[in-house]
This record gives sequence, structure tokens and C-alpha cells, in this order.
Amino acid sequence: MKHLLSIEDLDRAAIERLCDRAASFAEVADRPIKKVPALRGRTVLNLFYESSTRTRSSFELAAKRLSADVVNFAASGSSVEKGESLRDTVQTLAAHQPHAIVIRTPWAGASKLITQWTDAAIVNAGDGQHEHPTQALLDVYTLRDRLGSLDGLNVWIVGDVRHSRVARSLVLALQTMGATVTVAGPPTLVPQDIAVLGCQVRYSLDELPQADVVYALRMQNERMKQAYVPSLREYAANYQIDSRRLGARQLLMHPGPVNRGVELAGDVVDGPRSLILDQVRAGVLVRMAVLYEVLASGGGPSTPASGPGRGRGTDHPNPELHPA
Amino acid sequence: MSLDPLVRAPAQDADVLLRRVHVLDPRAGIDAPHDVLVRAGQVAEIGAPGTLEAPAGTEEVDGEGKHLFPGFVDPHVHLRTPGQEHKEDLETGTRSAAAGGYCAVVAMPNTSPVVDSSSLLGSLRDLASRLARIPVGFTAAITLGLEGQHLTEMAELRQAGAVGFTDDGRPVTDAGVLRKALQYQRLCGGVIALHEEDPALSAGGSMREGSVSARLGIAGVPWLSESTMVARDAAIAGYEDGRLHFQHLSCVASVDALRDAKARGFKVSGEASPHHLCLTHEAVRDLDTSMKMNPPLGFEEDRQALIEGVRDGTIETIATDHAPHARDEKEMPFEQAPMGTTGLESAFAAVYSELVRPGVLPLDIVVDRLIGGAALMGLPTPTVAVGERANLCLVDLERAWTVGEHGYESKSGNCCFHGRRFHGRVLMTLADGVVAYRERSFAVHAA
Repeated sequence: MKHLLSIEDLDRAAIERLCDRAASFAEVADRPIKKVPALRGRTVLNLFYESSTRTRSSFELAAKRLSADVVNFAASGSSVEKGESLRDTVQTLAAHQPHAIVIRTPWAGASKLITQWTDAAIVNAGDGQHEHPTQALLDVYTLRDRLGSLDGLNVWIVGDVRHSRVARSLVLALQTMGATVTVAGPPTLVPQDIAVLGCQVRYSLDELPQADVVYALRMQNERMKQAYVPSLREYAANYQIDSRRLGARQLLMHPGPVNRGVELAGDVVDGPRSLILDQVRAGVLVRMAVLYEVLASGGGPSTPASGPGRGRGTDHPNPELHPA
Repeated sequence: MSLDPLVRAPAQDADVLLRRVHVLDPRAGIDAPHDVLVRAGQVAEIGAPGTLEAPAGTEEVDGEGKHLFPGFVDPHVHLRTPGQEHKEDLETGTRSAAAGGYCAVVAMPNTSPVVDSSSLLGSLRDLASRLARIPVGFTAAITLGLEGQHLTEMAELRQAGAVGFTDDGRPVTDAGVLRKALQYQRLCGGVIALHEEDPALSAGGSMREGSVSARLGIAGVPWLSESTMVARDAAIAGYEDGRLHFQHLSCVASVDALRDAKARGFKVSGEASPHHLCLTHEAVRDLDTSMKMNPPLGFEEDRQALIEGVRDGTIETIATDHAPHARDEKEMPFEQAPMGTTGLESAFAAVYSELVRPGVLPLDIVVDRLIGGAALMGLPTPTVAVGERANLCLVDLERAWTVGEHGYESKSGNCCFHGRRFHGRVLMTLADGVVAYRERSFAVHAA
């Protein structure tokens, strides 16, 4: 795997392989020294055009646990604010020869676009409202870890589907893994055409009890200002997942950060059916697996053999056997 | 109107004998092989194939197997002057048009500054009289600064040579303003051309709202953003008995609204672009920014409705909306990139290859629609007739070529057909009696 740009590029075997690799890293997290030398000498550049705390720190942690060097580049306070184009910024940063660039932008397709301008492996950490593939992978990992398999699983994704890159990646990933997906939310926030992804579309939660997993999306305050919904109060009345709506056998997920009292009631966030913290933990493991795949086991100019950080003898396929 | 609406740089009148060319001039009812002699820029004689002699000093062109059409007229191009000459200027834009077989083009006023005063229009025409390879007509804005509020000095602009009026690139959102412009048109004449889009419905969109935009997560423009405005403004035109032209139509409902308005006897007309006739929103899947234009590419049923509109004459002209942008401006994430595609050099080949060769539209209709823009703009329609200035384009329909293979005459290469293999190569263009373009491999034989 040279890049990770879109879930569309991954088949079931590729997702399984990434999850298996993430599982193999799980043990590292339980060590006193949470580090393996798999990517020693490699540089990972975090290029973030949008604010992000958890995704960026999760990638940073993942890279560091694999002993890679990490450089964080935030667009605010940088040359980007002085009007530098994406191409110029990427080419300037690429001149420092990072082995991988983890990029988040507000623009669909931007991560794919920059593959033309650098030899580095590109990992899409969110491109506009298009995709957020590592989020979908960590969600699959979390479910697989909990349930063993996603085959035949019935997942409902509830909320602002229109503006959600998480939803687009997740629908594709869950279906690839054998799950059935329904997206539900107010008609102003669920484009009818989203069914082209292969999912069902519902505007009410009447049939929510049939779900095995309820995945709530973040409802942004801004959507209310744009009058997509009349009020957050009315949104909550119709779509909030609370202990009344969440059945005892249903699992609850959310990509974070949670708006308590809007898309989720506080008691279910902290309740026994919630996988939200498991998702966060899985985030680092899956991002370790992704970075490992694109840097240590793939082809192309960024493989260890051709990169400037080569020759340390640390490219073992089973990094968990080689603690630092 | 006191001034000739079309302006070009001085150039030498042509003396050319086109031998054994298949002349197709649908409006003159000619569709047969002929010899055509051009002397001092005028069509001097049309004779049976192989019968005319070339007078001394006349260039002789072997037209065997080639077609000769009246030069095309594009009522909708962006020449980017003044203010954005890094994208295009009057010389490169008209050279690009000549390479596409055009003998006249009409430039849009959404420049920087906007063409909304007679002094600016005058200086533009002056510039064109030194730089334009083919005759150019200029439109002026309907409203000051394209802001949709105050009418420009339309009467004075007409006297200064404005072909007509348009806020192209933006709609006239306020129906009251459009109504006043149509009332004022009774005084000054000049077609009013409209870019139809309801910003309340289109705001934030970068492509057509539909299955592809849903998959890509890109905010979409619903087609009704255009068609509701076409319906509204056709009604206003009918009420005021004014003359309106609808630019770059892109959806079924707009074509229906135009057809209905015509059936009611309203003085309305419409155009379709080669890209809306040949491509759909599926072309946006890879986020190639050359596929980003306004209005955006539509659905297959929209494409079919536009083709039907061209066929039955509801849509009288094919117009390119030639919209050049510099490479670094288009080398952006899709949502950030400016809208527009170039089109002058590929228009005929695209429509011929995609619609005529497969048998979707007959050649004579396509040629008719490529010259049809002239009458809509109040300009003389080019025709192959003795005594007329030579406005001709010589085309090899069998010649296959790749769009952009030798670069472009335009300053910009943001062509949505870039890299496509087409048939139909323009070999030579005569515009107002002057040889304005000659294809690079096209041999010259002086008599």
C-alpha cells in the first residue's frame, strides 16, 4: 500500500490486514515503554489545514510508538496564511524529504491531489466532507475486536450525514466488511443521493431498534445557524440517542468530540454499551498499522530501502517481537 | 447603433482559391462541392468544382475531401481583458477563436474592472482594433460592477458600440432590476443575456448536486437553481415584450421553460455549450478541475434534453463560454479552483465527434448552431455568397487529432476536452476577408 487516500481503494482483505496489524500492535500499548523501532529513521509530517486535536495527536502518538520522527505543520500561523498555495506548501515541505505526509484539509480530493507533487506516502486524515479513512478503519477495528466479525451486522449512522466525511468512509468500510448500513437524520442533513453508497436512508428513528450498533455523528452548532435544523432542541427531540432509544443489546459509537445533550445524552456516553473510549484507543493502533503499511511494507520510493533513513536493520515484519 | 459593433486589427485582405471544397452553408441552402474564389477579402466567385482559375498572386488550396463552412460565431467568450491578461488577452483569445474556425466572437464584460462605462468600452474597442485577430464584439454589464442593483448607462454604452448587455458570471437576482433593464431596452436596443442561477439555491456548490456529489462529499448545485430563474425571467421578458437570451443552459427544466416561453411568442433564445452537450457530472469523479464550470456539468438526461433542444431549434446556438484560467489557478483542490473551461479550439471537434459522427445530430444542424449566435447578438450571419466578405472555415472531417497535443493558441490550457482524441480539424479560417488561422501542417500552394 503506497498511500491511504480513500476507503474506496481498499478491499476486504486489505482492511482485514490493517486490522490484524493493528491488533499485533495492541500489546505494545500495554508495555511500560510503548515503543518499537519499526520506523526508526523515518520522518512523518503532519500537515493540518484544519484544527484537530485527537486525529493529529493520535497520528503523532502512532508515529512515535513506531520510533519515527514527527514534524507537525499547522496551516494557521504559517506561510499558508500568507497566501501560499497547497502545491507550493507541499513542495516546500517535500523538499525536506519526509517519508510520509499525513494531511487534513477542508477540500475533497486534496490528499489525492498532492500525491502528484511529492514522493512521500500520503495518508488522508480527512479531505473536506469526502473521506476520513483512518476513522472508518478504527471503527471497524473496534467492532471486530468486540464482536469478532461484522458479517450480517446492522449498523445505523445517525445525524448530520451531509457534512460528514466520517459517514462516507464508514458506510463504505462497514459494507466492505459485510455489515448492512442505514443512515438516518433530518432530511436537510441526509442527502437522498447518499443511497448510491449502497446504504438505506431513513428520516426517523422508528426502526432504530433493529440496529445492532448505533453510530451517532457530531452535530455542529454551525449547522443550526445555517438553518439546517430549526433548533438543537428539536434535533435532540427527534434524533438524540439516549437511554430510552438505545436498547440494552445495542452498542454505541461516536467519532468524537461528543456534544453531550445534543446527539448523545450524557448517560449513554458513559454507559456500559458505549465503545467511544475503545474507539480512541483503537485510533492509535490503527494509525500505527497504516503508517507501518505505507512506510515499512509497501513499494515505491518511500520504502525503507530507498529512503534516507535506511540501513538500520529495523524493518522487521513483526515489529512487536522487537521492542526498543 | 452608431458604430460597427465588431472590431479587429487591420490585416491584409486574402486572395484565395479553394478548389473542390464541399461547401455546407445550411442557411444559404448550399451542400455540394464547389470552387470558391476569394479576392481582396470578398467571395468573388462560386463555381462548379474544378472550373475556376486562380488569378496571379492568388493562393490555391486543394479542398478535395474537405468541408467549407461559414465561419462560426461565438456569442459567449471571456477574453479576460482588462485586468486578467495572465489568463487571456485580446490577441491570444482571438487567435484561439480563429483556430477553432470562428470568424467573430462576443466578449463578456466580467473583467476587472467590469465593462460598465462607455469610456472603458471605448478603450477596449481601441485595443481590439490593434490586437484582435478576428472581429470582436463587446457586451457591457447590465448593472454597475455586476452588483445587480443599478443599471449601467445602457443607451450611452450602445452608442459606444456595446453589442448587448449581460452580468454573465452572476445572475440578476432582483427581478425588479431585470424588469427595468428590459423596459430600458426599448430605448437603446441590444440583447440582454442572462447567466441564470439562484444564489439562494446554489450557494457553496462546486458541482451538480446528485449521486456523484453525494459520493464525493462536495456541496452540490441543484439544477433548479437555474431552471427556476429561466422560468421567472422568461415570464418577465414576456410581460415587458423584451428580448432575452439565456446563456449556457444545463438542465431539462431550463430547456422546457425556454420551449414554453417560445411557444407563447416571447422573444427569448438560448445557448448550450459543447461541454454540456458532450459531458455529464460523471466526468467530475476524478476531481479534474478542468471539469469545474458554472453551470456545472449535469446528468445524462440533461445532456439529452440539450441535444434535443439543439435539434429542434429551441436552442439556437452552441456557445463555448470559453473561460481561460492560468495553470496555477486551476492546480488547486477542486472546491477551491475557479470555474470555467476553455472551449474555442475544441468546440467543433467535440460536437462533431461526440454528436455528429455517432449519428446523434446531423452536420448541417451543428453548423447552423455554430453560426447561429450572430443573429441572436444582432450581428450579420456569416454566409458563403458572392459579394460577401469572406467568413469561412475549412475543415477536414476525417482528420483525427488530440486536443492540446501541440498546446493551445489560448494562453490557458484548462480545457475539459484536453487529451481527448477527436475527428474534425480546422485547417484554415478566414474572418472578415483575412486569413486568421492556418493549421500548422496545412500546406500552402501559391499559384
